[in-house]
Amino acid sequence: MATTYDISTDQVDLERQGSASIVAVNTLRKSFGSHRVLDGISLSIARGETLAVLGRSGTGKSVLLRLIIGLETPDSGSVCINGQDITGLAIDKMGKIRKKMGFLFQHAALYDSLTVAENVAFPLTHHRRDMSRAGRDDRVKQLLAEVGMEKNLGKMPSDISGGMQKRVGLARALALDPEVLLLDEPTAGLDPISSGEIDDLILKLQRERKMASIVVTHDLHSAKTIATRLALLDQGKVVIEGTFEDLQQSNIALVKDFLKQS
Amino acid sequence: MDLVDGFFEWFGNLGIFFWQVLRAAVTPPYEWRELIHQLDEVGSRSFPLVCAAGAAIGVILSMEARYSLTRFGAKSMFPVSLVYSVVQVMGPVITGLMVSGRVGAGIGAELASMKVTEQIDAIEASAINPYRILAAPRIMACILMLPLLTLVADASGLLMGWFAQTLVEPLSFQQFIESGFKNAKLNSFLPQTFKTTVYGLIIGLIACYEGMSTRGGAEGVGRAATKSVVLGSLFLILADVVLVKFILIVFP
Repeated sequence: MATTYDISTDQVDLERQGSASIVAVNTLRKSFGSHRVLDGISLSIARGETLAVLGRSGTGKSVLLRLIIGLETPDSGSVCINGQDITGLAIDKMGKIRKKMGFLFQHAALYDSLTVAENVAFPLTHHRRDMSRAGRDDRVKQLLAEVGMEKNLGKMPSDISGGMQKRVGLARALALDPEVLLLDEPTAGLDPISSGEIDDLILKLQRERKMASIVVTHDLHSAKTIATRLALLDQGKVVIEGTFEDLQQSNIALVKDFLKQS
Repeated sequence: MDLVDGFFEWFGNLGIFFWQVLRAAVTPPYEWRELIHQLDEVGSRSFPLVCAAGAAIGVILSMEARYSLTRFGAKSMFPVSLVYSVVQVMGPVITGLMVSGRVGAGIGAELASMKVTEQIDAIEASAINPYRILAAPRIMACILMLPLLTLVADASGLLMGWFAQTLVEPLSFQQFIESGFKNAKLNSFLPQTFKTTVYGLIIGLIACYEGMSTRGGAEGVGRAATKSVVLGSLFLILADVVLVKFILIVFP
């Protein structure tokens, strides 16, 4: 039985605290060759918020996430994390920013030569060098228990299902206690039950950890469940940004179409 | 014109890649465990191949040398001829080409596969420098292991070359070594052996660059593996031309 968590109370608390934007994207432009993927996107997100970025395939949703974590460099515009502009930062300086961020890749991107436990331990091994082996093992077990994968420590990524791989990817993304969580199509390619479980898991983590999350998805149901705010992208621009109710009340043809088709 | 542009672009990108790896390699934290793993991967696992290649070259050179020297009535020069041709010329090049084939293809394919499945992006997203953890230990292992593997190929070549000669005309091993290394100076052999560190740099650098910059799925992985071997071997031979001249000038 899927559990649904209500995060509105936490959200109100955070708004009372007057939390500033932890991620701010300003007039971001990115082209690949002659194809302009993002054309002046501006978005921001505060601690404890979850922003779902929606749109058809090829509208640059995943590119936006890659720009935010610095895996791509924008042609123009800026990406600020905690007020610091990260565009053009050297790889080592960028590393310090990335320690505050977790990224779940669309296909999980687990290290295929490492076990499930080793995958989750990987960031800890490199960034918590003072942590004892026993302490690291406990932390890995705890992280995997959070995503319901504690019984699969020794399995290889190729021996577990796509949904399980995403759970392990999520545990790895949480290993360094990030302030910002970026999720690229967390429910893509999963059956409805697994999708629901992943949504519940994301909600649970948001409630417990109060991170800022940006979720790229084309799954409106999932976005409605987990996000506090939604942004619809088309042709590299934000068509509308607001709550699900704002989208429902919109008169923009594309928004109506998207809601109808979803 | 595109070909010329592509050529300079490739070199430019390789230079930038090398700079990134160099910066990552000389600044802490150092990835000792990964380096040891790669030393084993590049060194120990190439041992049988290099041994076999060295042995084959030794036998071939032994047969050729005996035939040529007998024709010119200089049979007594056989040990010196074999030692010099194995240690100075063939040992380093054959080792370089063998390692380029085995290790270059392996590194290129492994890193390319990690690249197309976003595993390298995942490393970077985890705030870990992929140049430090992936490229630097592999290139360093190639640099450190090539001279040692060259010594293995040399030893194997000399042993089998002597053995091939002994089957035709008995010659004690002690006599073979004494006459072969008579009047030999360290300068005659050390630069030739240590020049293979440059081969190691070329093999490791090109394979890591091709692997980590590949695009496309399975086709990209195949392309990276092929280019790692072909370009690695080609630049190794071209570098040898320069290195031989350099050694002749510096160590006359």
